[in-house]
Amino acid sequence: MSLRNAACIVGAFEHPTRLAPDMTTPQLHAECAAGALADAGLSLTDVDGYFCATDAPGFGPISMIDYLGLDIRHTDSTEMGGCTYIQHVAHAAQAIAMGKCSVALITLAGRPRSEAVQRFRPGAPESAFEQWVGLTNHTSYGMCAARHMHEFGTTSEQLAWIKVAASHHAQHNPHAMLPKVVTVEDVVTSPMIADPLHRLDCCVTTDGGGALVVVSPEIARTLNRPVISLLGAGEATKGPSGGLGLDLTVSAAAKSGPRAFAEAGVTPSDIKYASIYDSFTITVLMQLEDLGFCAKGEGGKFVADGNLISGTGKLPFNTDGGGLCNNHPMFRGGITKVIEAVRQLRGEAAPAVQVPNCDLAVATGIGGSLGARHGAATIILERQS
Amino acid sequence: MSVRKLPAPQPNPETQAFWDGLDAGVLRIKTCVDCQQTHYYPRHICPHCGSADTRWLDSAGTGEIYSLSVMRRGEGAPFAVAYVTLDEGPSVLTNLVAENLDSLAIGQRVRLMPQSSDADHAGDGPALPFFTAIGD
Repeated sequence: MSLRNAACIVGAFEHPTRLAPDMTTPQLHAECAAGALADAGLSLTDVDGYFCATDAPGFGPISMIDYLGLDIRHTDSTEMGGCTYIQHVAHAAQAIAMGKCSVALITLAGRPRSEAVQRFRPGAPESAFEQWVGLTNHTSYGMCAARHMHEFGTTSEQLAWIKVAASHHAQHNPHAMLPKVVTVEDVVTSPMIADPLHRLDCCVTTDGGGALVVVSPEIARTLNRPVISLLGAGEATKGPSGGLGLDLTVSAAAKSGPRAFAEAGVTPSDIKYASIYDSFTITVLMQLEDLGFCAKGEGGKFVADGNLISGTGKLPFNTDGGGLCNNHPMFRGGITKVIEAVRQLRGEAAPAVQVPNCDLAVATGIGGSLGARHGAATIILERQS
Repeated sequence: MSVRKLPAPQPNPETQAFWDGLDAGVLRIKTCVDCQQTHYYPRHICPHCGSADTRWLDSAGTGEIYSLSVMRRGEGAPFAVAYVTLDEGPSVLTNLVAENLDSLAIGQRVRLMPQSSDADHAGDGPALPFFTAIGD
């Protein structure tokens, strides 16, 4: 059974806050839920499926379903790091296709700027061998970038173009945390954080959140909103696998991407807009290669000279400014990737970055730690005429 | 420069022999009797074939740097995080010890140089599998 046209995104909401010292995390979830449902023209009483991950406080769906006052018949708390919410769209479509629910609500929220957040889970089998190492996300992604440079000659200047493109888009987003346009020189002269990644190669840390509403095609047609259909989805995980044949230059998106494109029946050359999870500049470069927008090792050349800038380049990406410049709520950029793809497909992106006739988009992400074990999720979305 | 704390590992029945070996200066990895392949980190079942017939193997403790990243910010910085590919095959996530971290490079030959973890902040806890460049 295919997910092609099995479900539609009818509601999307990105919380405008980037700093929320006086709010609670459940409150943020609730405001995101209300925003996405209002966008769809639906209410909490219409929801019969609820999706969340470990950013949800307490007992996850049990706590949040009660807090929100939902009456649901299907729930899913699949957890795959920051790309989870892309995966949730596909899992919601699966549930809808099976008749398990018809209006699925997905929420994400957190306040990592306002309060300490536990990011590592005790008891993992690898913990004793890895935690003392200092494998922060910076060093993990730094090792991927270093190996990519070693094997393919990728340069810091090429990586910098990814931040430059994101900043060109962020200047048009009134909510972006970093709205200032930067240059390649700005990026490569910013302080080194974890070689070879500079401060401006890294994403922002923000409080906030987002929500999505996924419904059956029948319900979508009754709502007075553009219908955004799911055409295909793929997911995959990758890890050191015992350490033989370690390859830090390839991500799990090399599997999730082709699976999504095959189900959708389209190719990367058909895509008009791409939301690419950008925890770091190297994250984007590897996913572009792994999804097939260019050959492995050619990512540096592909992103150079503004090729990702809307209106200038061949592949407009992250037109909200992405995690690099706009928002990375709760260290989890997956949901904002879907939200900006929906804006583009509806023609509701900032006018300066709106892609003309944008009818086909991809949203893809990495969760976990790219230099260790991680997951990838990819979805292909289409605007129905 | 702030001192970086290295928390003592918590051995369990799957890993006790690894930490005992390291305290004696030997890096133990696992090898599979059924598929003959090695793996790291060590575990009860072979991640390559699923066999539960895995045995301890004393590594020579030598290999080369697969990739590295020097952390420049935060507690104890700078320090070098790396994957070292052992001559027996598997890659090990580790830290590199060097007088000059900028001298380290992908492809460089390295050897095991265990460092003590912090037991009760005393620095005399169980050894951790650090590596250092051969010739340093």
